[in-house]
Amino acid sequence: MFILIVGVGRVGSSLARAMLREGHDISCLDEDPESHARLEISLEKPWEDMGGQFTVGTALEVEALRAAGIEHADVFVAATDGDNTNIIIAQLAKRRFSVPTVIARILDPLRAEWYERQGVHTICPTRVAIEMLESEVHEVANRAAGRAPRVGAADHEDDEV
Amino acid sequence: MAERMYVIVVGAGKVGWNLARELLEKGHEVTLIEENRDRYATVEQELEHNIQYGDASELWVLERAGIQRADMVIAVTGDDEDNMLICQVAKEKYLVDRIIARVNNPRNREHFDLLGIRPVVSATDLILRLIEHEVPEYGLVHLLDLPEQRLEIIEMLLPEDSRAVGQRVGDLNMPEGTLLISVLREREGFVPVADTVLEAGDEILAVLDPKVEEDLTAYFGPEATV
Repeated sequence: MFILIVGVGRVGSSLARAMLREGHDISCLDEDPESHARLEISLEKPWEDMGGQFTVGTALEVEALRAAGIEHADVFVAATDGDNTNIIIAQLAKRRFSVPTVIARILDPLRAEWYERQGVHTICPTRVAIEMLESEVHEVANRAAGRAPRVGAADHEDDEV
Repeated sequence: MAERMYVIVVGAGKVGWNLARELLEKGHEVTLIEENRDRYATVEQELEHNIQYGDASELWVLERAGIQRADMVIAVTGDDEDNMLICQVAKEKYLVDRIIARVNNPRNREHFDLLGIRPVVSATDLILRLIEHEVPEYGLVHLLDLPEQRLEIIEMLLPEDSRAVGQRVGDLNMPEGTLLISVLREREGFVPVADTVLEAGDEILAVLDPKVEEDLTAYFGPEATV
């Protein structure tokens, strides 16, 4: 598949490398030329020699998106560090360029939830982190409760009968 | 007085601050939202409870400002993505009747269109429009734009080397979707007929589909050297 990733930060670059290793065609777009170096972390060869593509440009520039190959992308991933940028470019990819699969990384759970309902496929790392922390804390609390039952707990059990 | 509205203005830069002040003076209820702490503190000295601190692209900030009862939301931050998002959410999630968005980079205007965000205000476009009016040699002047109806009326000066000079109006081969509605010649205007012959220096008024504007200017403009 041809995957276009916009935003080469920690998330975008790791995803790009992983997908490239799986044999997909990867094109990355970032406004910072220096972000190219991030793509090559732990790579044995330069990004381009591995078959990767890298374009410098702003995500809202249609010409930059075209240069990065949006017109034949199967998958579009919006992973810049701006929630609003990701939301807007995901909609551009979908509505203007009809990319079949569009995914936006959105940190704010409220915005992610609403846009998900509007048909923008979103991944919300914050939501995931909250859920993991909740379940972790929940588990610890349960374990603590199991080891040292609260005084009076037995009485309550009786009440319920 | 016109109806009293509740207006939320996002972005307390020069535009937002002055806008909020003007709206308040006109008797409207206004909440200005600013995400920069220092800027907020400065403007708060004057506007007091009419400004709130926060990032208006966070939904709870908009809700705290009372977006559910807002009659109008105006997004004039310096960031086009923020303005687009705030207006989209205002319109589609909170069903605010009227929105106005500021376009900072004119190249982003098409994105506002795509997301159905209108009207938009762009300082660059306004200045360009002024230049067109002030400098008629610029070629083409927009007299009326009706983007929703896909119609516009333009005024254009016929240069000496235009291929239309010396031609009968009836013989013109203008782009489809164009109608010549009048000719201004020696300070007088008239409605052309098929036998009217166009002269260099004529100013023509045409109604057209904005899509063919370039074709039309090419048609009436200086003859291209092939």
